[in-house]
Order: sequence, then C-alpha cells, then structure tokens
Amino acid sequence: MSGPVTRFKSPVRFVFDVPAGPTVSRFLAAVAEGRLFGQRCPTCAKVYVPPKVACPRCGDPLSPEQLPVKETGTVTSFCVVNVPYEGQTMKLPYVYASILLDGADIPFPHLVDAEPADVRMGLRVRATWSDALGPTLESIRAFVPTGEPDAPFDAYKEHL
Amino acid sequence: MSDVMRAPYVLEYGYRRSTGPVIGQFLTALRDGRLVGGKTARGRVIVPPTEYDPETGDAVDELVPVGDAGVVTTWTWVAEPAPGQPLARPFAWALVKLDGADTAMLHAVDAGEPSRMKTGMRVRARFRAERSGTILDLEAFLPEQAS
Repeated sequence: MSGPVTRFKSPVRFVFDVPAGPTVSRFLAAVAEGRLFGQRCPTCAKVYVPPKVACPRCGDPLSPEQLPVKETGTVTSFCVVNVPYEGQTMKLPYVYASILLDGADIPFPHLVDAEPADVRMGLRVRATWSDALGPTLESIRAFVPTGEPDAPFDAYKEHL
Repeated sequence: MSDVMRAPYVLEYGYRRSTGPVIGQFLTALRDGRLVGGKTARGRVIVPPTEYDPETGDAVDELVPVGDAGVVTTWTWVAEPAPGQPLARPFAWALVKLDGADTAMLHAVDAGEPSRMKTGMRVRARFRAERSGTILDLEAFLPEQAS
C-alpha cells in the first residue's frame, strides 16, 4: 500500500449487559423448553406474548398465570428485507413479519420462511423450532405457512 | 425458575470516514513513519494539521516536517485502560508539543507508571512496524531517556 491515505475506519461500539427481568426471564426459560405462554391483563383481558411486567395500555401488573398459546398464528404485517447490512445472518431477500399467535392479543416480530411473493397479511403460519433450543426467540427457527385459508381481515384488524 | 437472565447486547457502527486532503496527507506521512504539520500564513505550525487556520480561517495548504520528539505540556494517568485505547497496560494521555510545532497533539505516553510522568518531560514517538494510515501507526510516545 503506497498511495495517499483517503479513508480510515472509525467504528463506534457499545457493549451493554442487559438484564431481562424476572417476567421475561420466566418466558425465555419456557422458550428454552420449546414452550410459549402469555399473560393476561386483569383489566382489559388482553394476552401478551411475550409477557410484560404491566399492561402497556392499563398500567396494571399482568396476572402471573401462564396461559398456553398455540404455535400457530396469523401474519398481521410484514416487510421484505432486501438491504444487506453488516452482521446479517439471513440470505436476502427474507421476510420479517408481525405474527399474532392464536390466543394472543399482541403480535410479535419473527421470520417467515416462505417466498416473499407468497407472504401476505392474513397468511396462516406455524412456528418451527430450532434443533438447538435456548433462552432466546431464535429457538423458533422461523414461521412457515400452514396451507390453511387466510384469516379474514376482521379476525386480526384489532391487533394491528 | 426465578433467576433473572442477562445477556450482552452489542451495538456497533462500522464507520469509515474520509480524511479530506489535509488529514489525508498527515495520515499518509504517519504511514510512512513521518510526522508533518500544517504551516499557516502567519508561520505557525499546527500538528495534527487542520484544513483551516483556527485563528484566521484561512486555508492551510503547506505541510512541513516536524520532529518525532517533543515536550509533554499536560497529561493524565490511565490506570485501567478501556478496550480500544492505544495501550492495554496503564499509560498516560498527554498533549505533546513536537519539536518544530506550535500546538500540542493528544496521544499516549507509555511510561509504565505515573511517577515517570512530568509536565515538561521530553518524549519520543514509537512507530509501529506495520502501519496502515491511522493515528495508531504512532503506537505511543516514550519518555526520551528510556527510548
């Protein structure tokens, strides 16, 4: 290298140590066993998956009871990721979607393993688990289409 | 199961910056094992060089060689270096006014212990064997009597 220097690397790096808190820790421990659950707000009766400490709408602590939820659900919204970025582990293009599990009232984001052109609002999907379970939502490898008819818009319009 | 889990979360931006013409020449010289400063219209020599004279705002386009040794004008001791700092062992951050320069530059002084640091002491640059065009091509300054 002998030409003039015109650029240099100047990375900025923040390393955080994040405590999950007892509520999310209990949920992640269940995920490590291949199990999902939700918790219900005693006031508005909405079921949150993953559970939170308190209902974001009512502010009340969620009931401690662990409610089973299904591993099937509905795509309420999605995006097709076409832009590469450093550290990316997925092959482009891939689909990142909001998924409303059956029995839950709030969708959470995860991958949909399907052709991007085949993904749509209302698509019915099922969780497929990774071979290596751990206390992370990466234990769910991705959601795959079930082949059922699409959920009607009215079935999830309150959960967008 | 009531244990609270913890996990590392790393947020990193891999910026690459363009140097501009003046700092580019400074880093090019560093890569070649030399130190240069910018000479202003009033004859002051600024190290590292800036694109504009901080006193008048005029462009600085003349680069001149400066010495690879100089005087510590102020310093502070780093007892526990953080990741990414120039040295992994305790060192001093110091402002060093190089011979031939009118301003001081910030860099590390590898003095071993704070008792060897003194304002006014002379230090000499130690360059890395492998250089790539960054400020850390100058690995650190060393107290002159020890270099």
